Amino acid sequence: MSISIDQGKCIGCGKCHDVCPGTLIKINADKKAFIKYPKDCWGCTSCIKECPVHAIRFFLGEDIGGKGSKVHTEKVNGLVKWIVEFPDGSVKTIEIDPKESNKY
Amino acid sequence: MKIERIKTDLLIIGGGTAGCYAAITAAQNAADNKGAGLKILIVEKANIKRSGCLAAGVNALNAYITEGRTPKDYVEYAKKDADGIVREDLLYSISERFNEVTAHLEKLGLVILKDKDGKYVARGNRNIKINGENIKPILADAVKKLDNVTVLNHVNIFDFSVHNNKIDGAFGFGIENDTFYAIEAKAVIIATGGAAGLYRPNNPGFSRHKMWYPPFNTGAGYAMGIRHGAEMTTFEMRFIALRCKDTIAPTGTLAQGVGAKQVNSLGEVYEAKYGISTSERVYGTVAENQAGRGPCYLRTVGISAEQEESLLKAYLNMAPSQTIRWLENETPSKSNVEIEGSEPYIVGGHTASGYWVDTKRATTIEGLYAAGDVAGGCPQKYVTGALAEGEIAAKSAVEFVLGVRDEADVKATIKEDEIENHVAEIKKYLDRKDPAYTTEHLEETMQIVMDTYAGGIKAGYGYSENQLKLAEKEIEEIEKLTDKLGAADLQEVMYIYELKERLTVCKSVIAHLAARHETRWHSFAENLDYPEKDNINFRKYVNSRLENGKIKIILRELTAEGQKNYEHQH
Repeated sequence: MSISIDQGKCIGCGKCHDVCPGTLIKINADKKAFIKYPKDCWGCTSCIKECPVHAIRFFLGEDIGGKGSKVHTEKVNGLVKWIVEFPDGSVKTIEIDPKESNKY
Repeated sequence: MKIERIKTDLLIIGGGTAGCYAAITAAQNAADNKGAGLKILIVEKANIKRSGCLAAGVNALNAYITEGRTPKDYVEYAKKDADGIVREDLLYSISERFNEVTAHLEKLGLVILKDKDGKYVARGNRNIKINGENIKPILADAVKKLDNVTVLNHVNIFDFSVHNNKIDGAFGFGIENDTFYAIEAKAVIIATGGAAGLYRPNNPGFSRHKMWYPPFNTGAGYAMGIRHGAEMTTFEMRFIALRCKDTIAPTGTLAQGVGAKQVNSLGEVYEAKYGISTSERVYGTVAENQAGRGPCYLRTVGISAEQEESLLKAYLNMAPSQTIRWLENETPSKSNVEIEGSEPYIVGGHTASGYWVDTKRATTIEGLYAAGDVAGGCPQKYVTGALAEGEIAAKSAVEFVLGVRDEADVKATIKEDEIENHVAEIKKYLDRKDPAYTTEHLEETMQIVMDTYAGGIKAGYGYSENQLKLAEKEIEEIEKLTDKLGAADLQEVMYIYELKERLTVCKSVIAHLAARHETRWHSFAENLDYPEKDNINFRKYVNSRLENGKIKIILRELTAEGQKNYEHQH
């Protein structure tokens, strides 16, 4: 379980680097973010929530049963959309209203 | 390396839940007591916006006094769960504040589920339901609005400055800015959390950090206190979390939220057989596996479509891995959720390990206060308990700063040679070329030793005195090797210090496990030499203090039932 950063999309704003609770994300000489210590990621997804251009994806490692799906979030009209891209190309989106509580 | 000296009135080490709330309370409390100009500094090794246990979020407040219940009920619950080894004064002081700190959090922006009459909806007897995905940003925003609070992010504190058992500051370095910090303070609140990574985790490969507790909480606060001779308590009451297999996601939302029972592979509900305390739930699962009836599950098959949809969202708001696992495989209405015990952690917010404090959260080092997972004697704190302890520690520390010491007391208490010695050590690691071992390698070795000889997952959480002796010897060997490590940059220097912190904590854990000659909490402290509970000799706190480099065990009598105040005995 870790994250991957699409350097083609990264604009080098440094927000992911700033917020990672393990300081695991660094900025390279081309001003692109990269994860320097992928095995040390806790999976908190803080970086994904910060990224303004949706360049970061979260995935489960094979060792814990991951199947290769990639996940990110987008904020649209006050809702948080969690977008799961499956390896077969299909996509599932779950919308969460931040003003709504967990019911269980 | 640049050297920066900073002077502040109150230093808070660790900007997690307890640390942020300590800052918020201290700022208000100082203003209320003619101390509006009091300078408060939070030093955090990551960024307070998402550091500590609540980085991903949380979806319930597990410690709340629901309608018809009293703080005494909560104290009784926590006491029973820990089979008597708690400090009632500490538990009362947090229980009496749960609802007040919850109201404050709601005012700051936390979303809490309410019924049509505007009352919080309870989950069981002690929980309320929230949307806590943004709980940490909410706390961080509140801190940022305070004029007299400064935050130093990305600075790792690795040692206290203590003279004659009085704290007067701390030492740290910037992970990103090549700066050494010598910070002088009139009082210090330690809020660095508990210790993860002492034991080999469930999945030690690529996903080694997919663990219950933040892997970045390395026991720094414990280690610094231990080395400076602070009294510590109950390190033998380890915490082992019962979690969803592989994702190590919480099980409470399934067990309490949708009423899923623990079942073995034959479909039998087994929890009643072993008891339902926190440790018994783990123990029962281990025992069922050992008896050949594993694996074990939470029985979720048959939950409604509406419940399932809500669970997928609830987990995204606190442990997104679990939702992804469900979506990649089968969802919980179709397939039961397999569960397993985690590796052991030392964490004062769930069990009772940590600093031995008085009711005001003063440690045995003068001027040093403890709050949250680093403070002992007070289990089942959860989020609201950490906030409450932040508040109590802050009020005590402000009182100390305003009342006890004048400015002269802290005039250049940190001497130049103390700074030079620390800087020289850091440079030694940075200058070393081609070290024989890496920090990662030694960390793994430490985890294997603890797993094998000090009751880890491999050992079914059990240990014997002879095994503990081997553990102690091998941990000391690893400790010697840390001196030969090298680092490419300050982040890697931090990793060396974190390893050393963990090794210090390991030694205390081993000494405490060896000192409690009974098995009071199955799995948490499964002493194979003494498999029974011993109420005659061990209804006591096992405490310890480092004296002349050796861990001295101190057995203390339990405080009286209903006792609401405890002062350190000198």
